[in-house]
Amino acid sequence: MHEEIIIAGFGGQGVLFAGQLLAYAGMNEGRHVTWIPSYGPEMRGGTANCTTIISDEEIGAPVVRRPSTAIVLNPPSMDKYAPLVKPHGLLIVDSSLIAQQSGRTDIREIAIPAKDIAAEAGLAKAANVVAIGALIAATGIVQFETVVELLTLKFGQRSQEILAANKRALRLGADYVLKLPA
Amino acid sequence: MNRELWEGNQAIAEAAVRGGLEAYFGYPITPQTELLEYLSKRMPELGRAFVQAESELAAINMVYGAATAGARTMTSSSSPGVSLMQEGLSYIAGSEVPCVIVDMMRGGPGLGNISPGQADYNQLVRGGGHGDYHSLVLAPSTIQEAVTLTYNAFDLAEKYRGIVVIAADGNIGQMMEPVVMPPMRQIGHADRGWELSGAAGRPRRIISSIGLDPEVMERINARLQARYREIEANEVRFAERQTEDADLLVVAFGSAARIAQTAIREARARGIRVGLFRPITLWPFPYQRLAELAQRIPRLLVVEMNAGQMLNDVRLAVGPQAVVSFYGRTGGQVPMPEEILAQIGGMAPTPSTNGARAIALL
Repeated sequence: MHEEIIIAGFGGQGVLFAGQLLAYAGMNEGRHVTWIPSYGPEMRGGTANCTTIISDEEIGAPVVRRPSTAIVLNPPSMDKYAPLVKPHGLLIVDSSLIAQQSGRTDIREIAIPAKDIAAEAGLAKAANVVAIGALIAATGIVQFETVVELLTLKFGQRSQEILAANKRALRLGADYVLKLPA
Repeated sequence: MNRELWEGNQAIAEAAVRGGLEAYFGYPITPQTELLEYLSKRMPELGRAFVQAESELAAINMVYGAATAGARTMTSSSSPGVSLMQEGLSYIAGSEVPCVIVDMMRGGPGLGNISPGQADYNQLVRGGGHGDYHSLVLAPSTIQEAVTLTYNAFDLAEKYRGIVVIAADGNIGQMMEPVVMPPMRQIGHADRGWELSGAAGRPRRIISSIGLDPEVMERINARLQARYREIEANEVRFAERQTEDADLLVVAFGSAARIAQTAIREARARGIRVGLFRPITLWPFPYQRLAELAQRIPRLLVVEMNAGQMLNDVRLAVGPQAVVSFYGRTGGQVPMPEEILAQIGGMAPTPSTNGARAIALL
């Protein structure tokens, strides 16, 4: 397997963290991984994106023009990345914040109200984790349990409440996709 | 072995610590600031010296001072900051003291931007400051390689009593990749015979780059040149991929080489036999091996994130009988594999200006 995932949104939405979560998960499952941020001069509030590559082979370029998957969490990212997803690729859209659709018929497009689902999970800013749950359910790119372990490592010491909300967000994101008509 | 996910800047910092770094001096600049930030916490934890200097000039002169005292010392910066250090580097070279410099190159010239670049090549490999000197310049292509080169850089600097440069760019600095960290080395060493460690019980030593008598200064130059010939004989490093059956050889270093590797894989999948030659030491440059390869593969494509700097060394190596093409992006633009593939395929479109244009392939 060789998957290139671009995750894009506003700074502060946790897009860089979501990409790292995938990279850690891929590494822990024994694959080659790279993660690279697009680091504009902006601080919080500007656009942010990162590229995670998970592969069975050694990874050359850590950057990619046309990803196999794009997760977009704000309208500017939808405009930028929806046209770039490779044919037969996957586009995950936070429909809580993005009203439009890509109009593409050659990709799979999943519109998921990630921000609303995150709020339901008890942590409104965990839309990034909802999206990762959706990605796992749609592709099986990494194991659900691997990501749960990583979330536990990340949040377990700090707050059981935040950890529980993140785990719920991951689960609800996956469930939403699993319940979609095939 | 335990694989951990490390950001390039932080990985280089930790590798330096494990390689025996005793004193670090630096000044923040993107895209290398995380290196300094990491050491600001790590070095005091270990009781080692960390100073955020007031400027790059101060930082390099602090390195100079620490080096004369025999410490394993390092600074790091990015292109404009490294330009500011050139006077100090020339003094360090002239004084024959060891140190390690990390240049996480960015888009230039001038203040430029914080995106990755490779346009410091000429400055780093030709000397940079005034006078006849060279630094040993190492160009990692992965974070693991950056770790290994940094870990061993101090030994090289001490062996040749000179400057070792880790020449990387914002891609290597900011990306994350799995790394196996080397073990922690003990710090401390026996007297090396030249360092300023206190003259009690022995004749005093003087470290200086001044040689007012031209005869004296020429002898110093002769000693430096002899050492550079020794480095050229011992330290040339490079990597080759799929050169055995290649009809075309891509020559690239650092992050441009790994991007080229993706294009090469794609070209191979389409039946085009392409190989990769990647200099790891930019100085000393692997002239001899490249010349041998060019005898067999007389078509070369040089790819750099600059306007063609290593290109001149490639031309020197291969001579006029080989056909050498060049593809470069400048100003912080990172070439995409598709662009390099198009070059490999001989379509040779001019580089796009916005980096977003899809190129029709083969």
